[in-house]
Amino acid sequence: MDSIHQPDLGTPTRSSTQTVTLTVDGVAVEVPAGSSVMHAAAQAGVRVPKLCATDTLEAFGSCRLCLVEIAGRRGFPASCTTLVEPGMTVTTQSPRLAQLRRGVMELYISDHPLDCLTCTANGNCELQDMAGVVGLRQVRYAQGANHLDARKDESNPYFSFDPSKCIVCSRCVRACEEIQGTFALTVLGRGFASTISPGGTAFLQSECVSCGACVQACPTATLTERSLERAGQPDHTVETTCAYCGVGCSFRAEMKGSEVVRMVPSKRGGANHGHSCVKGRFAWGYATHRDRVTKPMIRDSIHEGWREVGWDEAFAHTAARLRAIQARHGAGSIGAITSSRCTNEETYLVQKLVRAVFGNNNVDTCARVCHSPTGYGLKATLGESAGTQDFDSVEHADVIMVIGANPTDAHPVFASRLKKRLREGAALIVVDPRRIDLVRQPHVRAAQHLQLRPGTNVAIINALAHVIVREGLHQEAYVRERCEHDAYDKWKAFITADENSPEALEPVTGVPAAAVREAARLYATARNAAIYYGLGVTEHSQGSTMVMGIANLAMVAGQLGRPGVGVNPLRGQNNVQGSCDMGSFPHELPGYRHVSDPAVRALFKSAWGVDVQPDPGLRIPNMFDAALDGSFKGLYVQGEDIAQSDPDTHHVQAALEAMECVIVQDLFINETAKYAHVFFPGATFLEKDGTFTNAERRINRVRRATPPKSGLADWEITMKLAQAMGVAMHYDHPSEIMDEIARLTPTFHGVSYEKLDRLGSIQWPCNDAAPEGTPVMHVGQFVRGKGRFAITRYVATPERTSSKFPLILTTGRILSQYNVGAQTRRTDNVVWHAEDVLEIHPHDAEQRGIVDGDLVAVASRAGETVLRAHLTERVQPGVVYTTFHHPESGANVVTTENSDWATNCPEYKVTAVQVRRTSARSPWQRSFDAFSHEQAGLLPGGSDAAE
Amino acid sequence: MKIDKLVKMANEIAAYFDADPDRNAAADGLASHLSRFWDPRMRTQLLAWVDEGGGEGLAPLVREVIATRRPQLLPRTG
Ligand code: SF4
Ligand code: SF4
Ligand code: SF4
Ligand code: FES
Repeated sequence: MDSIHQPDLGTPTRSSTQTVTLTVDGVAVEVPAGSSVMHAAAQAGVRVPKLCATDTLEAFGSCRLCLVEIAGRRGFPASCTTLVEPGMTVTTQSPRLAQLRRGVMELYISDHPLDCLTCTANGNCELQDMAGVVGLRQVRYAQGANHLDARKDESNPYFSFDPSKCIVCSRCVRACEEIQGTFALTVLGRGFASTISPGGTAFLQSECVSCGACVQACPTATLTERSLERAGQPDHTVETTCAYCGVGCSFRAEMKGSEVVRMVPSKRGGANHGHSCVKGRFAWGYATHRDRVTKPMIRDSIHEGWREVGWDEAFAHTAARLRAIQARHGAGSIGAITSSRCTNEETYLVQKLVRAVFGNNNVDTCARVCHSPTGYGLKATLGESAGTQDFDSVEHADVIMVIGANPTDAHPVFASRLKKRLREGAALIVVDPRRIDLVRQPHVRAAQHLQLRPGTNVAIINALAHVIVREGLHQEAYVRERCEHDAYDKWKAFITADENSPEALEPVTGVPAAAVREAARLYATARNAAIYYGLGVTEHSQGSTMVMGIANLAMVAGQLGRPGVGVNPLRGQNNVQGSCDMGSFPHELPGYRHVSDPAVRALFKSAWGVDVQPDPGLRIPNMFDAALDGSFKGLYVQGEDIAQSDPDTHHVQAALEAMECVIVQDLFINETAKYAHVFFPGATFLEKDGTFTNAERRINRVRRATPPKSGLADWEITMKLAQAMGVAMHYDHPSEIMDEIARLTPTFHGVSYEKLDRLGSIQWPCNDAAPEGTPVMHVGQFVRGKGRFAITRYVATPERTSSKFPLILTTGRILSQYNVGAQTRRTDNVVWHAEDVLEIHPHDAEQRGIVDGDLVAVASRAGETVLRAHLTERVQPGVVYTTFHHPESGANVVTTENSDWATNCPEYKVTAVQVRRTSARSPWQRSFDAFSHEQAGLLPGGSDAAE
Repeated sequence: MKIDKLVKMANEIAAYFDADPDRNAAADGLASHLSRFWDPRMRTQLLAWVDEGGGEGLAPLVREVIATRRPQLLPRTG
C-alpha cells in the first residue's frame, strides 16, 4: 500500500507540452496530451473509483471500476485506459454507473475475507475505500468457490504475501516489471483460477530483490510490510532522504509517535520518483539495534576498559588531549576524517574544525578511497568535480556505456531506470571484468561486453578514442569550439598513434579488437550516448587517468552538454558528492577551491576570523605514514571505519596503535573504535536535520523524525568540541550552517532550507545564474571555460601476477549489504548475505582442487585471509572476486598499498593473489577474533556490543 | 615518512606527466602537482633526502623538477 496521504492521480503524468482541454462533471480542465480521462478527472478534483490503476504504472484496464460516460460515445469506457480528447465531456457519476460499480465491487468482496477490523491495512486499504465509495451495502453471492484458504508466504523478512486477500489486479506484477525491471512475479492460471506468484516458489527463493515496489503498489493487504503488521498504521510522516547509497532516494518515514513504522519512497523524490531498493525501504532497523552506543566513553589506552562519562567531561577531556598533543608535537600533529555518510553541514563543520580550530589542513574523507580520482579527473578536463547530468537524463540516452560499475547491486534505483531505458531500445555497452547482472537481464542484453583484464581500463578507453578519431567519427567542430586547441592537438597526435589501436592493445586488455571497434562506433555515432561509471574506474593505480580518459572520449564525440549524454560517476555512499563539495580534501576549501589561493583564504578568514594555512595537509594514507613516523598523533574520525574500509589492514592497525588520541564518532563500536581513546555516540539520519547531496549533485533534505539517542546530533558534537578547544563556534540549527556554506561557496549561493523545502531538492550550481539549480552541466560551454584534453598513456599497475601470486583479486559490493556493512549487517538483510565469499572460475578452482563451499586461503604480498569459495563463470579464468561487507573476512588484509598516482585512492580492484584450500581461519583472522574478544570485554559491563 | 614510499609516489606522478611530449610542460605539471597535493612535510623530506644522498631511484623528471623548480616545492609562507 502506498504511503498515507500521498495523492494518487490514477495514471502517470505525461510530459507533453501540448495540452488538451475537456470537461469532467462540468469542470473544465487542461492536461498534457496523452493523459488519461482518469488523470484529467483527478486534476479537476474528481476521484473516479479505481482498483487496478495507480499513477506509478501504465493503465491496464482490468477491474472495470473506473467506468465513465462520455458524451457522444456508446457504452461505459474505462477512464484509466481512455485518453483525453479536445472538447470531451465526461460524466463520472450517474445511477447506471453506480449500479455497474457496485456490481463489480460485489464480485470482489464475495471472494475476500471480511476481517477488516483486524487487517493490517485497516484505515489504509483501497478495497475498503472503494467499497465505501461505491456505496456497497450487500453481497448477494453465496459463499462458493473462493481463495480464502490460500496459504500466506512469510519467507521474506520484510513483507508478507497473503493470497487470500488478493484481487488479482496485477499492480504488483506490473510494478515489478515496469518500475523495478526484475520480472519476478507472474499471474498463474486464468480467469477465476488466476493467482499471483513469484515464479512458482516462495518470495525468498525467487528472483525477487525485495525492492518493495509491489508492496507499495498493492491496493489491499495482500502484500504488506511486516513492520506494519507489528506496529499498526502510522499517524504522521516525515519526508527525508535515504542514508545508504549515492542515488539519494527520498522517503516518507511513516511514524507512530517517535517510532518508525515504515519507510515508503516518496513520489516527490527527484532522484527516485517513488521507487526504492531493499536497503532504504527496509533496512533501517539498525537505528534501534541493541549494539548502538548512546553514551560518550573515554579511556587512556586501547587495552584499558572504557569509562562512560557525561558529554561535558568527554569534550573537556578530548580538547585537553588534542591541545596537549599540539603543544608537544606541533599544530600539524592532529587531523580529522569526515564521512560521506554524514550530512553536508556536519562535514562542513569538521573541516572547519580542522582549519579554524586545529589550525592546519589535515582533513580528508573516505572519498579518498572511492571517488577522489573523479574529483581530480573531471576538474582537470571539464572544470567541475561532479557528474554532468541528472538521473532523468538517462531517459534520453540512445547508447549507454557502463564502465566499472554494477548498478543493479550498488545503485539499484538508478539501475531500474537504466533498464527501463534499455527495454525501450537503448543499446548497452558494458566495460567490466565481470559479467555483471546487467549484461544479461530479462529483456535486456548488452550490445557489447568488453570483458577486460583488471587494471587495463586506460588501455581500453584509449583504444575506443583511437577508433573514433582514426575512423573520423569525432566531432571536430564541437571540439574546436569548446576545447583548448593546443591540448587537443597534442592529444590527437598521441591517441592516433598505432600503439593505441585496439589491435595493438588486445594482448594487454584481452578484449578482441573487433568488439572495441564496434563499441566505439556505437558510442560515437549515437544521437545521445551517456557514460556511467563506478569504483571499477577509480580504484586503480591509474584511476585519475581513466577518469580523464572518459572525459576525453565524451568531449571528442561531442557527448556532453545536453540531456541524454554526459559523464556520470555513480557514487558509492549517500553523501560522497556532498562531503567532497564541503571542503573535505586537505588541499581544497568548500567548493573545490585550492587552499593556496589568497583570495579564497581571505574570504574564509573574514568569515572565520582565523588564517587558513596555504599548504595542503595530509591525506588519509599520508596520515597513517606520518603516524608511524611519529609526526601525527591525534585523529578525529566522524562516521568512518578506516580500520575496515582502508587497504592493507596491517598497516592501518599499526598506524592507529601508534597514535595518542583517536576519537571515533559512530553509531556502533566499529573496527576503528577498537583502537580509539574517545568514543562519541553518533546519531542516525532519522535523528537529525541536514542535507545530503547525491550523485547528480542533488541536495536533498534530511529531516529529524526522532530525537538523537545520545542527546546530541553529530553537528552539535563537532561544535561543542570546537568550543571546548576554546573557539566560539555556535549554530542553533543546521540551516544556519547551510546559510554559512551558501555565503562562502559560489556554487551554493542560492541554496537555503527554505528553498529546499519549497522545491523539494536542488541540484547545484544554484546561484543567481541558476536560481533553481542546474540539472545538466556544461551546456554551451564547459565550466572550465575551455575543455582540456589530457594525455592518458597506459601504464601497467605495479601490482603484477607471478608464479607465486598468479590470480588477480578484484573487489565489489552486493545489493543487500552496504559498504563496511555496519548498518546492514544489523538488519534482516543478512538473510541474503551472511558472509563474504570468494568467487572463482570453475577452471581455476579445479586446478586447485577446490569445490563450491570449500574454505580457501587468499594470499597476497600484503597478507592472507580465509573465505568460502563460490564457483561461478561470472568471473573470467585468472580473476577472483570478493566483497568487503564483513570485518572478519579481512578482504583488506589482502589488498595492497598501491594507489592512484594523483590522489592515492587505493587500488582495491587489482591485487595479485594465490588461492588454496585450507581447513582453518587465517592467523590474521585468529588475532582479529582475539582482539575483538578483548575489546568486547573492555566495554562498560563487558557486554557483547562489539562486533 | 618512509622515503621509499615518497619516491614511489613521486615516480608514479612523473610517469603520468612524462607522457607530455613538451618536456617543459611535463616538468611544470609535476612541480605543480607536488606543490598542490603534497603536505609540505612530504616535500621537505624528499628534498632533504635528495640533498643528502643524491636521490637514487628517482625518475629523471623528478630529479629535473627538483633541480629546476625547487622554490615551488618549498613550504608556502602564507
Ligand atoms: S519486491 Fe520488488 S523485486 Fe520483489 S517481487 Fe516485489 S517488485 Fe518484484
Ligand atoms: S497482490 Fe496486491 S497488487 Fe498484486 S494482484 Fe493481488 S491485490 Fe493486486
Ligand atoms: S540504498 Fe540507494 S537506491 Fe536504495 S533506497 Fe537508498 S538511496 Fe535509494
Ligand atoms: S482502474 Fe480502470 S479498469 Fe481498473
